[in-house]
Amino acid sequence: MKTLAVARGVSWRMLHNVFTNPSLLIPSIVFPLFFFTAFAGGLSRVHDVPGFNFPQGYTAFQYVFVVLQSAAFGGVFTGFGIARDFESGFARRLLLTAPHRSGIVLGYGLSALVRWLVTLTVLTTVAFAVGMQVGGSGVELFGLYALGLILNIAALLWACGVAMRFRTLQAGPVMQLPVFLVLFFAPVYVPLSLLQGWIHGVAVVNPLTRVIEAGRGFVAADPTEVAAAFFAALALAGGFFLWAIRGLRKAETAG
Amino acid sequence: MNSFVDQVYFLARRSVVRTARQPANVISPLVFPLFLLAVNSGGLKAETHLPGFPTSSFVAFALAVPFIQGALFSTMNAGTDLARDIQTGFLNRLSLTPMRRIAVLAGQLGGVVTMGLVQVLVYLAVGLIIGVRIASGPAGVLVLIVFGVFVCLGFGALGAFAALRTGSGEAVQSLFPAFFVFLFISSMNIPRNLMEITWFRDVATANPVSYLLECVRSLIIKGWDLEALALGFGITAVITAASLTLASWALKVRMAG
Repeated sequence: MKTLAVARGVSWRMLHNVFTNPSLLIPSIVFPLFFFTAFAGGLSRVHDVPGFNFPQGYTAFQYVFVVLQSAAFGGVFTGFGIARDFESGFARRLLLTAPHRSGIVLGYGLSALVRWLVTLTVLTTVAFAVGMQVGGSGVELFGLYALGLILNIAALLWACGVAMRFRTLQAGPVMQLPVFLVLFFAPVYVPLSLLQGWIHGVAVVNPLTRVIEAGRGFVAADPTEVAAAFFAALALAGGFFLWAIRGLRKAETAG
Repeated sequence: MNSFVDQVYFLARRSVVRTARQPANVISPLVFPLFLLAVNSGGLKAETHLPGFPTSSFVAFALAVPFIQGALFSTMNAGTDLARDIQTGFLNRLSLTPMRRIAVLAGQLGGVVTMGLVQVLVYLAVGLIIGVRIASGPAGVLVLIVFGVFVCLGFGALGAFAALRTGSGEAVQSLFPAFFVFLFISSMNIPRNLMEITWFRDVATANPVSYLLECVRSLIIKGWDLEALALGFGITAVITAASLTLASWALKVRMAG
């Protein structure tokens, strides 16, 4: 119970900060929309490339990538908030007062999730408004959002571990850059089968490739590599959970 | 006159040394555009199979992007450094000396131009190493260098204006996402005539960044396209003239205050 009380308090405070501060709220909503517009709008002719076979069209194809990207960056942006809490000294006071400190990580996780759900709602509304076609059923779409949710938690735990080790906003690029790299080394613009050269080799071993390809399979009503995708996403979340908890212990030790 | 040249030289030297001493300011403008080039040219290579695509090499098509993206970084570097000079009081101390106002701006932009030249040479070298052949030949390479530096000057002056108006490095940094929007909603990844969505093509056509990209791209993949060159140099001249005018005015206001 005490853990949940701590989590509730931390997440409410974090969400209050985000939703009352336009400079924090707007980028997390606008950037996914911007990427969606730039990719789905500007590159729509890519679906005419020989071998590109995605019956729902390029808008739906890019929607999946942007949903997963927004989930990951929702977690990273929450990591910035954790680092800010350490810089201001709030996190240290929190460590002193929280009876169950794992509730702190849980609270940050909840706020990352709510934040992403808001972004997801706006993004999905815009995508349907511009005529996105979805072949998958409600259950299949839920599969895509479940993958996004796990990715959101994994990214938050990664950023949380970094924030608790460095305890400064200057660690922002350390949180952000690896996530950016892993996302863009996946099949962003075309399916894996159409990638050529070195990027194909990198994408094949990139765990997010499975997640993105499975997400596109859900939207196309043609689920592919579902088990591998969930396994990859859960493995990332599990690994970063240990990373975050060890970060918490380091922050406790540092005082 | 000599005194003016000395003033510009010392401030430009200071600007270059200061940038060189901050690895993040040197590495980011070099590495990040090249990273985006690598990712996009790998991921979008299939686009060359579209009927009407102007080249069979997507790397050659995309090599224009680092030139313009690097110039956007110049805006940030120039603006942030100048904002720091304002915040630390360096500019106020300079205003007490007989230094001419325009030398402050020229010196700062001299540093930007030097860094711009380094960036352009690196992008060109990387392009040539990975097999891009410049269709306009050695003379085209020279024009590319001149154009790249010219664009850095224009955007650098814009960054200086933002710094002088706001006096805040954070405010200058906040311009970066706005510039990114201009870059992404342009002909960065696909020629305008191949854009399918009408409103996107219209926005890209109205976006001056499209013409800067197409100017660089024409020299790399087409040869000598006078229309693309005239549009690219013309738009850069307008941006540079407007930015320099605004920056000079903002400097006058700032140093009078």
